[in-house]
Amino acid sequence: MSEENRTPILEVTDLGIDFGGLTAVNNLDLTIYENETVGLIGPNGAGKTTVFNLLTKVYEPTRGEIWLCGENTHKMTTVQVNKAGIARTFQNIRLFMNLSVLDNVKTGMHNEHSYSVADAILRLPKYKKEEAEIDEKARELLKIFGLEDKAEYIAGSLPYGEQRRLEIARALATSPKLLLLDEPAAGMNPQETEELMDMIRKIRDQFHIAILLIEHDMKLVMGICERITVLNYGAMLATGTPEEIQANPQVIKAYLGE
Amino acid sequence: MKEKLAQMFQSKNRSRTLSFGLVIIAYIVLEVLLLTGNLSSLFTSLLVPVCCYIVAAIGLNLNVGISGELNLGQGGFMSVGAFVAVCVSGVLSYSIPSPIIRLIASILCGAIAAGVIGALIGIPVLKLQGDYLAIVTLAFGQIIKSIINNLYIGYDKNGFQMSFVENKLALAEGGKALLSGPMGATGTDRIATFTFGVILVLLSLLIVYNLMYSRNGRAIMAARDNRIAAESVGINVANTKMLAFVTSAMLAGAAGALYALNYATLAPSKFDFNLSILILVYVVLGGLGNMTGTIIATTVLVLLPELLRSLQDYRMLIYAIILIVIMLVTNNEFLKEKFSKLRLGKKGAMK
Amino acid sequence: MEILSYLINGLGLGSVYAIIALGYTMVYGIAKMLNFAHGDIIMVGAYLSFFAMTRFQLPVIVSVALAVLGCTILGVVVERLAYKPLRQATSLSVLITAIGVSYFLQNSAQLLWSSSTKVYPTIISNGAIKIGSLSISYLSILTILVCILVMTCLTLFVNKTKTGQAMRACAEDKGAAQLMGINVNHIISITFAIGSGLAAIAAVLLCAAYPSVSPTLGSMPGIKAFTAAVFGGIGSIPGAFLGGILLGVIETLTKAYISTQLSDAIVFAVLIIVLLIKPAGLLGKKVSEKV
Repeated sequence: MSEENRTPILEVTDLGIDFGGLTAVNNLDLTIYENETVGLIGPNGAGKTTVFNLLTKVYEPTRGEIWLCGENTHKMTTVQVNKAGIARTFQNIRLFMNLSVLDNVKTGMHNEHSYSVADAILRLPKYKKEEAEIDEKARELLKIFGLEDKAEYIAGSLPYGEQRRLEIARALATSPKLLLLDEPAAGMNPQETEELMDMIRKIRDQFHIAILLIEHDMKLVMGICERITVLNYGAMLATGTPEEIQANPQVIKAYLGE
Repeated sequence: MKEKLAQMFQSKNRSRTLSFGLVIIAYIVLEVLLLTGNLSSLFTSLLVPVCCYIVAAIGLNLNVGISGELNLGQGGFMSVGAFVAVCVSGVLSYSIPSPIIRLIASILCGAIAAGVIGALIGIPVLKLQGDYLAIVTLAFGQIIKSIINNLYIGYDKNGFQMSFVENKLALAEGGKALLSGPMGATGTDRIATFTFGVILVLLSLLIVYNLMYSRNGRAIMAARDNRIAAESVGINVANTKMLAFVTSAMLAGAAGALYALNYATLAPSKFDFNLSILILVYVVLGGLGNMTGTIIATTVLVLLPELLRSLQDYRMLIYAIILIVIMLVTNNEFLKEKFSKLRLGKKGAMK
Repeated sequence: MEILSYLINGLGLGSVYAIIALGYTMVYGIAKMLNFAHGDIIMVGAYLSFFAMTRFQLPVIVSVALAVLGCTILGVVVERLAYKPLRQATSLSVLITAIGVSYFLQNSAQLLWSSSTKVYPTIISNGAIKIGSLSISYLSILTILVCILVMTCLTLFVNKTKTGQAMRACAEDKGAAQLMGINVNHIISITFAIGSGLAAIAAVLLCAAYPSVSPTLGSMPGIKAFTAAVFGGIGSIPGAFLGGILLGVIETLTKAYISTQLSDAIVFAVLIIVLLIKPAGLLGKKVSEKV
């Protein structure tokens, strides 16, 4: 399939943000197509997480434009961006630690159902019907991530690796078109990372979504990403296929130094 | 039937069953004691107020425990509910003779008024991040006390009369002064009953539990646990916090309304900062998010000063010491560890 | 000219609020807690100085010194017994404990000294300096001078001394301060000591203006000074000073020109408006969460 025929999910042009006098991200161009896995890599402090925060409107961009499925996001809030189709995970895990594993996933479906407060308080049929749907879908998602046995556990009590998986499940529950994963393999051992790679491939195909991921584990990045963008000091250093990136002298210099 | 029963005792529903059961059993026992004349007049006089404090505390627990926002103005919302209810009841006394309908209408109006004011405060404040709600509700409590302290409202055949700061009411014959500034409400019909108080408690439990176990309730708790993550999954944090805050204010308004209709006279100074703090104490001691705990803590702490009455002057001092000691003991790391071991032991035994 | 004399009265009242607010703000800045018992320390300071002057016939300055000493010790003892064990607890637990301490102090005062109001002796003559039609009471001048002195000393202490630097370090990051070898518990004790000592000074100035002493004397000035601290930006020393002064001026002018009964309502309404416009208070720093 040639690039022109594919629909872009995300188009970013000339994106940048300044914090006071410091330019954290500058001149970033990025296009992500349907059902594609793209890697965002770069040395520590390159501004990768800042890009995620810009895409999800946690930060307001200073320059540039973000188009999501043909819609400009410049007036959107974080909540609206999620409704429009971007879901994310966080580098430092942000689960709802006092809620059950199941309820964490259910919060992701908040906007998919429409029963009102009155429906809930009076326990009207609409509440019962939709809650049953929510419950079923949430349990299905947990099954994909191997967490179905832990549905009633409190999220904060899960081991680290499971918390990371739960965070992805919660993000998927919002039915996104684009999933942003911020260092999903951080703190995992090689075997867990291997499993995670399979899982990412599986959810991409099953849910037919695009994935943008930040990762330091090069084996994972090179293994599952179709394209990779490299950031250095907030600016785009290179973009291309894993093979092109691996052979790019500038990238090697940035990673290894002179 | 059996299935239903089993469902009632599932972990998620256990706390709900416990709260409802507790209230109903307490009601039956107290009614029996009342009918057989075994309840002292002091305790009888405390029945309705205890219900009011419980309703206000359940509301506050929704706000502080479930939604995680500190509110130091629950007394202010009670005040709004109380004085609106007094006015409504006073006006309706001409047209509606049935006390129960008047009671329901007054409480409803009190709750709605408190809810509306809660919404007006919440709209700008809940958008801010941080402990602003605490400070703004504290300020609101002071403002509302000060306003009602200066408010004169009367009603006669020509309709309402109102004046501010100075009493300029000129009521026609048969008219009634509903609010008289610092004196507050005078000559209120005492239409509140214990049975209705218990119904109100059950109703507020129903509202809070059903809200908690819904998509809105999950959103409220998600916003409490992690604001940024909640937004990232499409939850409008300000709106969900608003829902909890306004519901809490409405319950306080209903509680204040019931309270006001239990007394012939009521001064605005009754609903001061100390009352807001007192209700917060009930909530924290009962356990954040724990409604059964709230009911027990409120009942015990309202009755405690009365039980300590024989100690006379020392009772409030002892109350203060109990408060401090409970906080120190429940937060003691060593004791906490012992306690959690005990609980684990129990769980193991159940298996 | 009338407005000028009200303004100066307002500065006087504001100076008292500022001194109390400094106690709130310092404790908040370092221990991250709202010390709701701070108002009751003022009350104790008022009683101590009252008894020193009336029962023991001590000179004013000695009485003030005794009150400051007494409150300082009280503040440190309260912190050690009630707040220190709660260092790891939630802020709500600490708040409830502070409320317990407040009840405790009020009720102890009632038992020890009865709930009847006592008339505070005159410590400064009722005279005033007259400049044309403008009259400035000696009390206002004294209060403003004391406030400036306190503020200057405190600023110098926090910025120039080693302990002051340690305090600022603790306010910034307690964990890091501890790693740098600062005894955090010691610093918190000092903070409570200073705050409580200032409360005693405020108590004397407050009673000189409103000469009646009762167990609930500290509640309202306490709440208002807390408001002042939030107003200026809680945790900020210049903020507490500015907030206190502004609050006093607004209150006095409202009483003079709008309504005595509604002055409280208006003061608190102004607070709400300021917070909506500047959420961190006038001089506070906005801290945003790192994602």
